[in-house]
Amino acid sequence: MTKLIPAPWWSAFLLCFWLLLQNDVSVGTSLLGLILAILIPLYTLRARDYPTTLHRPLLAVQYFLILLVDIVVSNLDIALIILMPRKRIQPALIEFPLDLTGSVPITILASTISLTPGTISAELGRDGRSLLIHALNVQDPEATVQQIKQRYERRLKEIFQC
Amino acid sequence: MTDLPQWADLLISFFIVLGASFAFIGSLGLLRLPDFMARLHAPTKNTTLGVGGVVMGSMLYFSVTDAFSLHELLIAIFLFLTAPISAHLLAKAGLHLELELNENTKDLRKKPEQYTDKDS
Repeated sequence: MTKLIPAPWWSAFLLCFWLLLQNDVSVGTSLLGLILAILIPLYTLRARDYPTTLHRPLLAVQYFLILLVDIVVSNLDIALIILMPRKRIQPALIEFPLDLTGSVPITILASTISLTPGTISAELGRDGRSLLIHALNVQDPEATVQQIKQRYERRLKEIFQC
Repeated sequence: MTDLPQWADLLISFFIVLGASFAFIGSLGLLRLPDFMARLHAPTKNTTLGVGGVVMGSMLYFSVTDAFSLHELLIAIFLFLTAPISAHLLAKAGLHLELELNENTKDLRKKPEQYTDKDS
């Protein structure tokens, strides 16, 4: 089983992707999708030099839903700042100490930061232990860091167990 | 052009107008915000909801008139994957070129040498 399907989540993702691309669920498309979902990971597995395991798939779904809500909130937030005539904003460059290790979790965290309210990840520190964040409008930078830690980093830590 | 039931008509118009307004606000942000880094915030965030709204409208329209349609979701997935990466690269470029920041900006870097490409 592990030999045939070395990366089950990846295969599941590829199958869903294929069905979305076809925009049609029938025996034929599902079968072809299933074959592709098994063959592609087998062929490309050698190129994956970052072993990552999804330990808590349900938590990952929850994380994704939280992210969706936050993206909508951040959109409204930024729209408000843009539309407010001459509203003074207080930007800041903040250093965010990382507790996560591993390239995949850090990439996900950095993308999350860029998609959520008022922050963009700008650079990963040379030692890989901190992220530089640009925040558009913060009064209390420490609170922003704590919020990201509580809301996203803690969950990612649990999902990937690192 | 087929006739739509009225509820679908309203709902689809709502989503398309929502998407279009957010795309517009995002572009407006490019013009209004004070410096390079701040300008980055507008297109990365507001285009996600802008495109999201239009995609929702399209999904509804084709699901109501034709067969159930979900493949527009792929656009949203690709956008979620690529928007943060392009933002990150632009921010990185801006940082390394040391572009001038708005005078309000608080620089809270404790170890600035960690983020430059100059060898100390």
